[in-house]
Amino acid sequence: MIEILSIPPLATVQDLGRDNHWFQGLGRAGAMDPVALKLANMMLGNEAGAATLEIPLSPASFRFSEDQVFALTGAACGARLDDVPLPRYWAGLAKAGQELHIGPFQQGGRVYLAVYGGVDVPEILGSRSTQLRESFGGFEGRILRAGDILKPALTPPADFPSNGVSISLPELSQPRGETIELRALPAAEHDSFTDIALTAFWSETYRITPQSNRQGYRLHGPELTRDHVGELRSHGIIPGIVQVPGGGQPIIQLADSATMGGYPKIAAVISADLWRLGQALPGDSLRFVQTDLDGARSAERDMQELFSTLANDCKAMKRLQQGWR
Amino acid sequence: MQIETSRLSMLGSHAVLFTPDCPFDLAHQQRIWAIADTAANWPDVREAIPGMTNLTLLFNDIPQDLDALSSQLDAAWDSGMSKLVEGTLLEVGIHYGGEGGPHLEDVADMTGLSVQDVIRLHSEAEYTVYAVGSHAGYCYLGGLDPRLETPRRKVPLTSLPGGSLSLAGMQTGVSASAGPSGWNTIGTADVKFFDPLRSPASLLRPGDRIKFNPLAVTP
Repeated sequence: MIEILSIPPLATVQDLGRDNHWFQGLGRAGAMDPVALKLANMMLGNEAGAATLEIPLSPASFRFSEDQVFALTGAACGARLDDVPLPRYWAGLAKAGQELHIGPFQQGGRVYLAVYGGVDVPEILGSRSTQLRESFGGFEGRILRAGDILKPALTPPADFPSNGVSISLPELSQPRGETIELRALPAAEHDSFTDIALTAFWSETYRITPQSNRQGYRLHGPELTRDHVGELRSHGIIPGIVQVPGGGQPIIQLADSATMGGYPKIAAVISADLWRLGQALPGDSLRFVQTDLDGARSAERDMQELFSTLANDCKAMKRLQQGWR
Repeated sequence: MQIETSRLSMLGSHAVLFTPDCPFDLAHQQRIWAIADTAANWPDVREAIPGMTNLTLLFNDIPQDLDALSSQLDAAWDSGMSKLVEGTLLEVGIHYGGEGGPHLEDVADMTGLSVQDVIRLHSEAEYTVYAVGSHAGYCYLGGLDPRLETPRRKVPLTSLPGGSLSLAGMQTGVSASAGPSGWNTIGTADVKFFDPLRSPASLLRPGDRIKFNPLAVTP
């Protein structure tokens, strides 16, 4: 068991999300940074989409009631196991009674804490993700709080490398203060915006405002106006769609996105880049870079290649360590 | 990738929106239901979801050939095929106005009607569920009296309680859970439109009908 000693609001249990219920109006939920979630599971040898904790604010602390293995990925957070500092992107052993402390984020916006076999919560409608709006899934359908006790789905293996497993991610971190680049496709109402708006949208930076959460990020930057206006009939929307309400400031829908909406859509961030928003914080700036489906395919291939490289690194490291015993 | 004149647009790298230029009525919505059923069987389409006289397709992989997809959808739409649904009728009691309907007077102002006429026109109609979406179990309804057409609010409300009855454009509906909304809210209802432990979880599906009955008037 892992007891939550302290945790700020908005931490939840998430997996890769709930597919195939869009027709009932049920969004996907799932990790805001699916890359970090998959890496955490990979380092433990879990299934790629096992349920983990998603922690969007710190500090937080946990106590292990018996020997466990766990993995931490995502934001750089000065994590310590008792007094021992842990590398970013690390998986390893905790002894019964040890405490894990997550400190202020130095880089990134969400930490993923994975346990062996995934967090043991019921699968509902095909997923273990927390559906915050509908209050089900995850841990009792709600955000986590101090005193909650989380159970790993499996007993840890006896041969997990005693020194832990860590990986380095040259491509996956964005120094704080640097503009996040998001590759995006023009969406249905793109051409109805003024030339000035389109030039601004594709070249200037937008800041993530504090009115941002798992549903979506409200941005602030050059106002986007349309040549012709009029109410749209409601239509499907998905995470990554960039809508522009009458106020002229864009909103990016994210993991807890609605399934339908009616605001004009200027662009759509490709799936392969959504994780970058999962690691972004209010105040960070971002820029949209226009791409096409070939660009989206190549981004997806790059991500797959990175994963297979890291998976091999992980296996090699475990073999090495197990050989040392 | 030139799809400017097409009815097809991108919602993401793995999703498209098909928007035929057509009147907003039940006959055309029945054609959307029909092509949704057809497209759901195409290889690689994960889900085909009707919107309001439009269709969203979600794909497992990034679509390879948008032109071919566009032609397929055009052909399906132009065939005129239609799906008739023998839906159920749900009667819903509504408290119009008061705390739960903060924009009732705004709607009266925007439409030039009296509050009483807004309530009367809204509750006299029988609505058809055109689409289910936005949030779980939420029903987009067709059948709103054109005299009740209003613009969406410029700044969406960050949270509106479940059971809120709202309208915007030519659309109206009751929220199934608390969440943000850009519509004008004119009343409240007490109905469980979505229950994850019920099968199916969503109470209504496209083709079902709703009638609103005024419970009390708090102008």
